[in-house]
Amino acid sequence: MALLEVKNLGISFGGLRAVDEFDVTIEQGQLYGLIGPNGAGKTTIFNLLTGVYQPTEGKIILDGKDITGKRTIDINKAGVARTFQNIRLFKELTVLDNVKVGLHNGHPYSTLEGILRLPRYYKVEKEMDERAMELLKVFDLDKEADYLASNLPYGKQRKLEIARALATEPKLLLLDEPAAGMNPNETNELMDTIKFVQKEFGMTILLIEHDMKLVGGICEKLTVLNFGQVLAQGNTKEVLNNPEVITAYLGE
Amino acid sequence: MKKKMSKTTKNNFITYAMVIIAYVIVQALVLSGSLSSLMQGLLVPLCIYVILALSLNLTVGVLGELSLGHAGFMCIGAFTGAFFSKCTQGAMPDGLRFFLAIVLGAAVAAFFGILIGIPVLRLRGDYLAIVTLAFGEIIKNVMNVLFIGKDSAGFHFSLKDQMSLNLGTDGVVIIKGAQGISGTPKNSTFTIGVIMVLITLFVILNLMNSRTGRAVMAIRDNRIAAESVGISITKYKLLAFSVSASLAGIAGVLYAHNLATLTALPKNFGYNMSIMILVFVVLGGIGNMRGSIIAAVLLTLLPELLRGLNDYRMLIYAIVLIVMMLFNWSPKAQDWKARHSLKRMFGKKEQTAKEGN
Repeated sequence: MALLEVKNLGISFGGLRAVDEFDVTIEQGQLYGLIGPNGAGKTTIFNLLTGVYQPTEGKIILDGKDITGKRTIDINKAGVARTFQNIRLFKELTVLDNVKVGLHNGHPYSTLEGILRLPRYYKVEKEMDERAMELLKVFDLDKEADYLASNLPYGKQRKLEIARALATEPKLLLLDEPAAGMNPNETNELMDTIKFVQKEFGMTILLIEHDMKLVGGICEKLTVLNFGQVLAQGNTKEVLNNPEVITAYLGE
Repeated sequence: MKKKMSKTTKNNFITYAMVIIAYVIVQALVLSGSLSSLMQGLLVPLCIYVILALSLNLTVGVLGELSLGHAGFMCIGAFTGAFFSKCTQGAMPDGLRFFLAIVLGAAVAAFFGILIGIPVLRLRGDYLAIVTLAFGEIIKNVMNVLFIGKDSAGFHFSLKDQMSLNLGTDGVVIIKGAQGISGTPKNSTFTIGVIMVLITLFVILNLMNSRTGRAVMAIRDNRIAAESVGISITKYKLLAFSVSASLAGIAGVLYAHNLATLTALPKNFGYNMSIMILVFVVLGGIGNMRGSIIAAVLLTLLPELLRGLNDYRMLIYAIVLIVMMLFNWSPKAQDWKARHSLKRMFGKKEQTAKEGN
């Protein structure tokens, strides 16, 4: 059974049809790409999948469970985590604490236990520290654990966002333009990291990207979106060679 | 990572130590008789202002919401505590009664924190500030017209006057509207005040360094991202707001048990008070608990120390406030302080390492 099944998803803002009849099926462990020109509705789809917007129609089924119209935090608890196009870190917290916020729901103790410093506080905090450091190591951020998140260089901030999303132990990871603003070296490194996450964590990943090299390099399947509608869908190579896609998106 | 843990722990330790050392010094001065009675009378209010500043800093600095109604929560705590003490005076040992009054004052203030927080915390920034300001005024005004009496049939409430309480012959009026509550036992001492300051510090600092505190600060830094990793915005906002309110309630109970007559005047529970607490917080540094303590103490003592200058003292107070604000928070002054800090002089490289990024 597919991990994510989206059927006939649509949303209107007033008179504007932002997304229309969007279908996608993503298998467990797949690395799936969502591309399209600016304003095609890619980020809107992410916002629909994560409950930021409520769809006007359609169904979203994650791992057999209907998550259509649920609240953002419940969708996260059901197993969807994301990053943002414009980086959204907790700037005044340390790199380590950013990841520990991601671990929040997986490692519970009560507020009272925290204030009174009961044994459970120390036990759970220690688990959190260890787990967070493991994640930071994967992204080569362990040496910067004490830094404030806002003091990290740009590329590392993007990585930290991915680490924080993974800390919530998602089934599906949504990456919104992870390579935006990166130089070719950083992009190459990021490609390796994403591949690594897919393999090591057995993660299913859906990513939005403009960088064709990245998309062609790592995505197994693609959906091309134009004016809120699916233009083409299928294996990466076929889709990128589709003449319609080339005119609509890649230009003449 | 280990270093970071010890750094926060060390910082917190310094803050606790600072309070305890100040307490020991003041106690020594009191015992040796070198503290004027005027200054002695200031000791309990000092503790009260420190608690208020700390608790408001939880809302402003940690939760990141501007509240101008903090005196309202103090007012609730004060009247709850005083009412309880009046009703149970003599029925139980003084120590236990005062302890219960503090717990009750904190609980009722926390309850109102939740009650008011539910609608108000949907707002942000300036809007929230205005609504909390209005709330503070409402509390104060309600307390001014509230009459509560007790007779053999139980409690009687009225918002009109003493007559409409319809008390029996054995009835006693406890809260007398604008005349407030009089005859509350004077239980607040400097020692209890300092213990309360330490408890407040303990609650706030431990909260900040726990899972809950991280969630609250994550909401402050980026609400949308916090939601995306499964943090419930409403729950943690309300939690921080009501803890902040309950701590202000404790300050209120101390306040009520330091006065012979408790009335809700603009001076003690009005927005002047709320703004003064906010001044402590801003001057001491938003989110900086140690700074709040120092600012509250300095700014409370200053007008008293300047009393000799009579007419000019409030003017000097205002000027000192402006100068301190500039010295502490203008970018140029911060640069200057960074360049001339002790750490720098003794060759610690922490600062340069951070700038390198």
